[in-house]
Amino acid sequence: MDAPILEMKSITKEFPGVKALDNVTFSVRKGEVHCLVGENGAGKSTLMKVLSGVHPFGTYTGEIFVEGDIQKFNGIRDSEHAGIAIIYQELALIPELSVYENIFLGNEITNGLVVDSNESISQAVDILKKVGLDVNPMTKIKNLGVGKQQLVEIAKALKKEVKILILDEPTAALNENDSDNLLQLIRGLKEQGVTSILISHKLREVMEIADTITVLRDGKTVNTLDVQTDRVNEPVLIKHMVGRSIDNVFPKREKVNIGGEVLRLEDWCAFSYALGRDILKNVNINVRAGEIVGIAGLMGSGRTELAKSIFGNPDKYRLSGKVFINGQEQKFRNPHDAIKASMAYVTEDRKGNGLILIDDVKHNISLANLQEITAGGVINENEEILVANKYRSELNIKTPTIQQKVRNLSGGNQQKVSLGKWLFVKPGIMILDEPTRGIDVGAKFEIYTIMNSLVEQGMSIIMISSELPEILGMSDRIYVMSAGKIKGEMPIEEASQEGIMALAVDY
Amino acid sequence: MEDLKQKPSEVSRSKSLMDIMKSNISDYFMFIALIVIMIFFTITTNGVFISSRNISNLINQMGYIAVLAVGMTLIIVIRHIELSVGYLAGFLGAFAAIAMTFWGWPVYAVIPAVMIMGVLAGMITATPVAKLGVPAFVSTMALGLIFRGALLLVTMGTGTIVIKNDVFNAIGNGFIPDLPLGGILPGRHKLTLIIGLIGIIFSIFSAIKSRRTKLSYNFQVPSFSLFIAQLVLVSGLIGYVSWILSGYNGISWSLVILLLVVAVFQFITTKTPLGRHIYAVGGNPEAAELSGISVSKITYIVFAAMGMLSSLSGIMYASRLRSATTTAGLGFETDAIAAAFVGGVSAAGGVGTITGSIIGALVMMSLTSGMNLMNIDISVQYIVRGAVLVLAVVFDRITRRKN
Repeated sequence: MDAPILEMKSITKEFPGVKALDNVTFSVRKGEVHCLVGENGAGKSTLMKVLSGVHPFGTYTGEIFVEGDIQKFNGIRDSEHAGIAIIYQELALIPELSVYENIFLGNEITNGLVVDSNESISQAVDILKKVGLDVNPMTKIKNLGVGKQQLVEIAKALKKEVKILILDEPTAALNENDSDNLLQLIRGLKEQGVTSILISHKLREVMEIADTITVLRDGKTVNTLDVQTDRVNEPVLIKHMVGRSIDNVFPKREKVNIGGEVLRLEDWCAFSYALGRDILKNVNINVRAGEIVGIAGLMGSGRTELAKSIFGNPDKYRLSGKVFINGQEQKFRNPHDAIKASMAYVTEDRKGNGLILIDDVKHNISLANLQEITAGGVINENEEILVANKYRSELNIKTPTIQQKVRNLSGGNQQKVSLGKWLFVKPGIMILDEPTRGIDVGAKFEIYTIMNSLVEQGMSIIMISSELPEILGMSDRIYVMSAGKIKGEMPIEEASQEGIMALAVDY
Repeated sequence: MEDLKQKPSEVSRSKSLMDIMKSNISDYFMFIALIVIMIFFTITTNGVFISSRNISNLINQMGYIAVLAVGMTLIIVIRHIELSVGYLAGFLGAFAAIAMTFWGWPVYAVIPAVMIMGVLAGMITATPVAKLGVPAFVSTMALGLIFRGALLLVTMGTGTIVIKNDVFNAIGNGFIPDLPLGGILPGRHKLTLIIGLIGIIFSIFSAIKSRRTKLSYNFQVPSFSLFIAQLVLVSGLIGYVSWILSGYNGISWSLVILLLVVAVFQFITTKTPLGRHIYAVGGNPEAAELSGISVSKITYIVFAAMGMLSSLSGIMYASRLRSATTTAGLGFETDAIAAAFVGGVSAAGGVGTITGSIIGALVMMSLTSGMNLMNIDISVQYIVRGAVLVLAVVFDRITRRKN
């Protein structure tokens, strides 16, 4: 059980402007369950994408050895060939096809020309036994629960000779019972000699199943711990995950001038019809004038859903509870109502739902408040240019002209266009969802400075962020979310990375 | 005009011709292609193509497709498609014929009534799309079948219905009256020339006004010589077209309707918040919704506008044939979609202009007209038009990817 089945040496992977992996070394022994933990953005998924060939050989530096042989994967097929199977968090099954069709998708068993259904089904039965799933192979995937779908996904991976099984947050969407079953299965596979690599945020289950734990932080390997010999417990892991020193990259606020309450949520709940479950459970928060309220939590904890549910509920969740803006109860029917009530929402995904990428800077900036520059039903395009230029210089948006298409700008400048658009609405309460994701340090500092000057002028900011230093460096007060609930509230003086992370991983 | 010139120190603010051409090549390309096509047919037909009579005919034939292309542009901009417009036009044309011929409705009541019906039909079509997310392809195809059935139903007893109302028939066949100035410029339509002149003066004045305003804001403007060149080009174009038209019967009522439709829709799409909202919904519906724009409201408005334009198309076509036929509207939607795509509309949404689609319609109609004059067989005509459509879309794709 001691020989390394997998070794990744000095792996470095850069994306434009970001070093996602920095000289990472990762070694897995044969037959063990190896857990990979770290914050969002620590590099776990990138590392696994390098391993599985999604980031092909040549796009990273460093070496990969499987059972001592150097590997140069050019795609998933190569890594599958070497016995590596990866199961992503988002399931890759076709809902309208049956269990057996999904298992053999892309590797259909044929009888000359046609698919041999009988042979496929009988093989599928054997494979399904391996994962302990007792369903009719002809059932359609869409008729199975998430837990069983997860097992089908694993069965699909196991149909071939698998040496290393990688599971990316397999239990994130599962209930406790299904999670336990899955962990049991992983133990069973271990006995059959399959090595597993498990990415998970649920530290309790990591402690339960892991033989070895590797902690990544900011693209670097922090530590590899042997659960048997090292003294490992949750606080130790959290310390490794977040234990960076916070550099002084946050601008100081000139004056803190916090006023009365401007927003309050009472017993705010949301049910998503698309997901078929509750995504927010009894959220009670408040925000005061001139305050930056940080909302921390891991991805999937319900932070973005909270923002959208307040901001006119465009995803049409079923809501209950009350929203008060400046003491008045509000029932927003759509984002337009929220904007009229002086709210603004700078989205997490500026490319997906923030900006019109194929349109230019000035049209994007004016979009949410066209009436301000419209007279007699006609847009005054000259005024629009003035407005766009105003925000271009105030926010230091680096673009050759305001006629430039937004998609040609860098991430930081796109984010500033997004900010400019919402500042033009002249809001009282601004929700910033991951305001500095994927942008360089210089632009981050500029955005922090802008945020400070906005709250100094009396605006309130709700900042959703996965970056703990940012949460700690900018907020006046912090809420921590997990699984759709507010797990804790802390004034900035009492907050620490460890304290926040302990709440964020509390499922 | 001296104040329109820039001082030498401000030369850096002006854009050079090359910059403008480079950044907008895909916008101008189809216009250039249209000119090339027209010159080609003029040469191959020994000038018959560019004759007053042929151009006048070409415009009248194009009218009922061009108004559909205007609406189709907006439909495609918001990422949908409308396959029912041809049959809707056919049905509403027949309805107009029945209302006038059998029920004795006055023409001035029939036209607004039919247009209101068009708007209502558009809103019915929009409902499953906007409220339930049914793909427009399916829902409009279904509505198309229903309108086709309705057309056959109302013409079942009679077959072709002949329209005897002169006012109605003038829409597709008539021309604006001339001034009684017999002595001057014999053989020319004087009012057409006067309207052309007014058009030139108006375009010059509005160009100067817009340049003045821009300068007062201290904005970048094209260099003075380029500005003059633009004025000369636009004036020359308007002048030349009016001169050609004046050589036959002058401006037709079809052209009047088309110009009005283009003016109104061009104004809405480029100058009003509604226009911005339409392009925003097409460019990124989620971002638009989060910016306070109701995607479903915009969908209703665009489909309603399409319905209204379908009714106009139906009226123009019935008037042109002086009758309602059982096959009216057949294939109109394909021609309108083709015109929009040739004119630079993107199926990915958010891109496409009214003027572009009109140029697209002109390109397609010029091909038909030119090849007819050259006695090219209809089979070859289809192939050529198909090839041009593919080329235009491929070219558009390539130039856009480069940017």
